[in-house]
Amino acid sequence: MNHLAAIELPSIAYTALSPILIIFAAAAIGVAVEAFVPRAARFPSQVGLAVVAIFASLIAVFAERGTHTLTAGRALAIDAPALLSWAALLVFGLLAVMLYADRSLDKVGNTRVSHFVAEAALPIGIRADRALLTSDRVQTEVFPLSMFALGGMMTFVASNNLIVMFIALEVFSLPLYLIAGLNRRRRLLSQEAAVKYFLLGSFGSGFFLYGLALLYGFSGTVDLRGIFDATTTEFGNDAFMLLGLGLLLVGLLFKAGVAPFHQWTPDVYQGSPTPVAAFMSAATKLAAFIALLRIMYVAFTAVPSSWQPVLAIFAIVSMLVGALFGLAQTDFKRMLAYSSIAHAGFILVAVLANNEAGVTGTMFYVITYGLSSIAAFACVSLIRRPDGEASRIEDWKGMARRKPLLAGIMTVLMLSMTGIPLTAGFIGKFHAFSAAIDAGYTWLVVVALLLSAVTAVFYLRVIVLMYFHEPAKDAPVVEEPGTSTDVVIWVTTALTVLFGVIPGPLLDLVANAAQFVG
Amino acid sequence: MSNFPFLFLLIVLPLLGAIVVAFIGRDEAGEQVAKKAAVGFALAELVVAVLMVVSFDTGGERLQFTTTIGWIDALGVSFSLGVDGIALLLILLTAILVPVVMIASWRRDSLGDDVNQPGDDPAVIPAVGNQARYFAWILLLQVFMVGVFAATDVFLFYVFFEAMLIPTYFLIGGYGAMRRRAAAMKFIIYSLVGGLVMLASIIGLYVVSKNELGEASFSWEVLRGLDLSETTQTWLFLGFFIAFAIKAPLVPLHTWLPTAGGAGPIGTTVLLVGILDKVGTFGFLRYCLPLFPDASRNLAPLVLVLAVVGIFYAAMQAIGQDDVKKLVTYTSIAHFGYIALGIFAFTTQAGAGAVLYMFNHGISTGLLLLAVGMIVARGRSRKISDYGGVFRVAPWLAGITFIAGMAGLALPGTNSFVSEFLVLIGSFGREPVFTILATIGIVFAALYVLWLIQRMLHGPARGVVPAPSGDGIDEVVDEEVLLGVGDGGTAVKERTKRTVTQRAFGDLNVRERWVLGPLVAIVFVLGFFPQPMLNIINPAVEQTLQTDVGIENPGAPVDASANGDGK
Repeated sequence: MNHLAAIELPSIAYTALSPILIIFAAAAIGVAVEAFVPRAARFPSQVGLAVVAIFASLIAVFAERGTHTLTAGRALAIDAPALLSWAALLVFGLLAVMLYADRSLDKVGNTRVSHFVAEAALPIGIRADRALLTSDRVQTEVFPLSMFALGGMMTFVASNNLIVMFIALEVFSLPLYLIAGLNRRRRLLSQEAAVKYFLLGSFGSGFFLYGLALLYGFSGTVDLRGIFDATTTEFGNDAFMLLGLGLLLVGLLFKAGVAPFHQWTPDVYQGSPTPVAAFMSAATKLAAFIALLRIMYVAFTAVPSSWQPVLAIFAIVSMLVGALFGLAQTDFKRMLAYSSIAHAGFILVAVLANNEAGVTGTMFYVITYGLSSIAAFACVSLIRRPDGEASRIEDWKGMARRKPLLAGIMTVLMLSMTGIPLTAGFIGKFHAFSAAIDAGYTWLVVVALLLSAVTAVFYLRVIVLMYFHEPAKDAPVVEEPGTSTDVVIWVTTALTVLFGVIPGPLLDLVANAAQFVG
Repeated sequence: MSNFPFLFLLIVLPLLGAIVVAFIGRDEAGEQVAKKAAVGFALAELVVAVLMVVSFDTGGERLQFTTTIGWIDALGVSFSLGVDGIALLLILLTAILVPVVMIASWRRDSLGDDVNQPGDDPAVIPAVGNQARYFAWILLLQVFMVGVFAATDVFLFYVFFEAMLIPTYFLIGGYGAMRRRAAAMKFIIYSLVGGLVMLASIIGLYVVSKNELGEASFSWEVLRGLDLSETTQTWLFLGFFIAFAIKAPLVPLHTWLPTAGGAGPIGTTVLLVGILDKVGTFGFLRYCLPLFPDASRNLAPLVLVLAVVGIFYAAMQAIGQDDVKKLVTYTSIAHFGYIALGIFAFTTQAGAGAVLYMFNHGISTGLLLLAVGMIVARGRSRKISDYGGVFRVAPWLAGITFIAGMAGLALPGTNSFVSEFLVLIGSFGREPVFTILATIGIVFAALYVLWLIQRMLHGPARGVVPAPSGDGIDEVVDEEVLLGVGDGGTAVKERTKRTVTQRAFGDLNVRERWVLGPLVAIVFVLGFFPQPMLNIINPAVEQTLQTDVGIENPGAPVDASANGDGK
């Protein structure tokens, strides 16, 4: 059916792609800044560049808000779901950059330094590496790397073609592997996180690629619409389709942190610099789930019976693993990692609905979850001991007496993750689960609700520690956050409450973003 | 007056109060002022509630004082309020109990909230925040309690239903005795599981309504008109039922209540069994019966079995208790068996009795708990076996405890008699077997109440109760007295050795009289003149049972004089 004719250059709608192009351009300029700008000026110029680019990109997204088109030879879909995810990704990116930019939490002597190490590649423990601990050198590669990741994610969610999707997957994954290893403190954990993430991530990418190849064998095309046509006309080989789809799912669910492909999550969240973990938990999850939605709802929407049961099983496994392992955690960041695994299961419940509410439910959930996750990580980064972050859950003992405001904020976040009404988490769960019930998956929703009661135990335990315990004698220091971290915490928490009390505007926004082009 | 937005005011007023009280009482300096302000807000709320009851038209619309504000249009949710006679009385009960509880819990040790349960180390007294914050949490809880009864939108009801957990959680976990954290956790996990199962049903209802009506709605009035198949009804009913059965609580889903009631502060326990648990039985009447009438009828035997089992099981547990706080929570579980029996017997007489029971139980059990708390505050022990002869040293306190006990076992002349009698006589026509069994349960009720009274109040003074001079007993008691909460929240205690005769047990002081007096008055007034209450209840119950469930009721409308009201 497809034959190679003379290769024609496809037309490219540059204005529609401008948000992505701006981000990639900023990333490229960032690399140049790293090379040519004097050391002292690098930090402010990198932060400025990133913030300006993100704002410019947001404006471009706003200008393109009505676009509903395929461009670059049907490879990229600029439609409402893509544009809304772009906006959400950019906001997450902005919040992450603000967290990166805060240099008030760690210090060397009396100099305040950033979260990131200057030379991440040094073997741990050698003299040069130990010297880094006492040096106030800063490095700023994290900004261009994050911008590359952001641009890759934006391409990923807009890909209408499996090859482009794979490339975008690699573009956003590689920088993430690197920045996972940049933690200033606990170098060994951080390097371990980077290597683990890289190895397992490559494994996941391999699955994706293999699945892609099989699907090409099945349909003769990598275009999502072409695959849809193949599934409806049934000329292809079903076994290829099932195998290909299965392997593709493994790759995607790996990125989304869905059990049983979740093993990297706790280690990476724990080892990465906390702002990076915040960025990954929010943005990677959003990108992976929107791409999953696009593949399922464009290419395989006609054959739901071949993937809905699979996703249902993954959802249950993920919720179980997240809820049960989460109970046993003593490290706050690992607990948040398991909570993200459980939430990935809840989101899958919405994804498998295969109806319009499935798209809106997933969208609402990933956006609100991302906001509260960023807030939670930002709060965790404030608690410090001389040797770095104090990330044990126990370190929050008696926080209500020490820092009532911080304890209050954490309470709101934990309640939202539990899904208590008047927080965004509740509306998210409600919306996601109503999509699944509409699709006839009532039993799955009942399971999901019961397991969310289990997750409540470890969220509420944080509240118990903060309010009903005395502060420990050797309690770690609660650092005063810099303005940018402060703003991030307040804005994300306020939005978590706002979207719980007045969810109307965001619900309208996602309701208008349910139609995939393709 | 019926256009006046009473319900809105009743929700906003305590919310405002909670914010003001939390702000003024944020440190020690403002604590006293904040507590007075809290009581002021609660009394203002009571005035508004009484005005609302007075202007309620007993012959009027089913739902009155309705207001609707758009909220989440995308999901078909609106902020709709309105009350029928049942909700009206429960809101009145809330408004009565909140100020009473506040005045009763004036200091942390006023009701012996700092006394650990038997078996726990009595020396470990958990330090807590200031009492003003406790009052602020109570006001916030009141917002949600009024809201949960006033909501006529199922989504809004759920929001209030779950939101209630948060202040209660902080009240139990923050201000209780030892093991309060575990109790708070147990409470919230039980409630969350129930709530989430109900959420599945609510989402199911939402999807069904969307498919049937074309657009989603959560309005109770609209959902009532849905035509559901019996299978759908059964599943949705079960979701609601489990949540309400945990809340009520019906045996075997009750185990959180004795734990929470035992470890939590008594003021909170009063609100917990007095009002929060009523949300469960209220939910049966407002949601289970009207929305799923076929399922309610089909599954009624199941509920009746649980109700009767609960009456006996809880009575046995109460008889075996040595912890006086837990004993009272068990009696309350037994009472909920009668309420559930009255509701699921499907006669207007029994239904009206059950609603009246809900109100009366709040008053009489509240009275008993508060009186018991005052005894515990004096004796500094929760073991029943530590007491004896309270009548000799504190006749007023013992007398009121006695009255509360009598009201608890439904002695004629007390308010509970009317309601229990109505429940039993109304149920007999349709469910003779269950009714006879429940009547036997009254014997056990008499047993645990009378035995409690005999052991604690009668006989010679012994144990922690000092004998009045002249009895010749003069042993030395070694004890620790809580002087207050010092810097850093640590309890300041003083070790004293005094003889029992030196130590004053003391009778009711003025504040305590103001706490118990009004409740005693209500017990007797409603014992002799229940008709005004029944006039409010009857139309709502008739509509629920006859219009919604469609049950023909052979009996005449309830007339208290025909059934005996203790005259």
